[in-house]
Amino acid sequence: MSFLHRHSWLIPYLLLAPGLAFLLLFFVVPLYYLGYTSLQEGTVQVGYTFNWAWDNYSKAFSDYQAQFFRSLQYAGIATILALLISYPLTYWIAFRGGRWKNLLLLCIIAPFFVTYLIRTLAWQNILADDGFVVNSLQLVGLVPDDGRVLATSTAVIAGITYNFLPFMALPLYVSLEQIDKSLIEAAKDLYASSTKAFLRVTLPLSLPGVIAGTLLTFIPAAGDFINAELLGTPNQAMVGNVIQSKFLEITDYGQAAALSVILMAVILVLILVYTRLLGTERMAG
Amino acid sequence: MTTAAEPLPRRRVSPLTRAWAFVRRHTLTLFGVLALAYLMLPIVVVIVFSFNDPAGRYNYTWEGFTTTHWTNPFGPAFLGDAVWTSIKVAIVATIVATVLGTLIALALVRYHFRGRGATNFLIFVPLTAPEIVLGASLLTLFLNLGAVLGIWTIIIAHIMFCISFVVVTVRARLVGFDRHVEEAAMDLGANEYVTFYRITLPLIAPGILAGALLAFSLSIDDFVITSFNSGTTTTFPLFVWSTAQRGVPAEVNVIGTMIFGVAILLMLGNVLLQYRRTPKGAA
Repeated sequence: MSFLHRHSWLIPYLLLAPGLAFLLLFFVVPLYYLGYTSLQEGTVQVGYTFNWAWDNYSKAFSDYQAQFFRSLQYAGIATILALLISYPLTYWIAFRGGRWKNLLLLCIIAPFFVTYLIRTLAWQNILADDGFVVNSLQLVGLVPDDGRVLATSTAVIAGITYNFLPFMALPLYVSLEQIDKSLIEAAKDLYASSTKAFLRVTLPLSLPGVIAGTLLTFIPAAGDFINAELLGTPNQAMVGNVIQSKFLEITDYGQAAALSVILMAVILVLILVYTRLLGTERMAG
Repeated sequence: MTTAAEPLPRRRVSPLTRAWAFVRRHTLTLFGVLALAYLMLPIVVVIVFSFNDPAGRYNYTWEGFTTTHWTNPFGPAFLGDAVWTSIKVAIVATIVATVLGTLIALALVRYHFRGRGATNFLIFVPLTAPEIVLGASLLTLFLNLGAVLGIWTIIIAHIMFCISFVVVTVRARLVGFDRHVEEAAMDLGANEYVTFYRITLPLIAPGILAGALLAFSLSIDDFVITSFNSGTTTTFPLFVWSTAQRGVPAEVNVIGTMIFGVAILLMLGNVLLQYRRTPKGAA
């Protein structure tokens, strides 16, 4: 006790120590081992040896660039769709929700309470070949009579959009909700039209939410393999599918690790850009 | 306070503008309702198909109503074991992650120290790193150390990804904490420990509970990271995955519905508490 009184600067470090030690050991050190494994060569039979096998990277990239760019493409489209759906929805809740705000917000996060795999399997039911959705799309001619939705890139993108939409909606809601309504009132007092008030006041003030939501949606979407596996075919395989099968089925650890490092590097660059834009304190809070 | 939507009296608003505003307001409402319906649709499907009586192995098309799956939800082989494993993992991971995460949150909110930025960054990166990278890197650690994959490696993985979520949740509640209450207790002769247990802890308990609930639901739902570090151990999501190719039994929908029901009840309770605590007119 008296020791801590004399050295009170130690207290925060003592509080941090156990948690940060755990994160160092099981988050930071594994990233080192991921890099280490990505430069190993070998098979399960003869074992794996570290020999600076840089060709893991060149081969991983040349063999799987289709899956890699498909991941970025699907994740990009899904992020834009999620933004287009979430913005009006959260705007509606934040500005018109009144006393029902919390309840409506609960509806947005409700999908999170259904196990990820189960809600993706539910989309299998919904988009099934003879299902209601496909039949109505065929009726209006959006899908040819012998066409299908399941096992196409449309289904995979739809699944990703749905599964990661709350990641977009929550930060958007927070930034819209925080906007001081009297600012918009002031803009209208100064004879701004509703559209202009939205474009010059509301939209700029909600940009932090847009940026946060975009990253929080895009990042997990780019690494996802569940939607491509359950709603697509090997033709829709994403980089996540390759990493998963190489680690868990083919045991080609070197290339699998190299692909993971490439994915992580792309995402770290995104996070660093984001840090520059907003600052760490606001990101984590 | 007046709401911004109402036209201010000193502006003259033509009927046409008013009609346009009416249409626009309701377009937004219509869109909102449709978007919520879209979000709810798969949940409804999960619940409805838990009462389906599938003809074959595939629970895809509606065949008829039955409550069989609800009377014996743990019927299919290995399903009960998988659910029990998930619960054990979630309990241990939640307790450890909540303790570690709360301590970090306390340090971050109440003290200024060197290395704050680095700590924030270390908390933030696991939140945004794709799960597949977290799972794969942990696997390479275990592979290189020659660790045996099983329930303990799953628990370690779950603690790892839950800590950051607990920190963020607890910290959000701590920021609004009025430290004068603690000072008052100290002025009245309580020492640090008594103050912490009698004043601080009860006041931050809701935040800790929220963090713990979040950790528990993340743990019970996790598939990606678990699939990399499970070895031959099967959790509930892993069971669902393994049956996805050869037909998921309807009992999975029953358990999915149960998990959903418990989570929604807890959240509704929380929302209702907030309504009761908010003084009238302060919303």
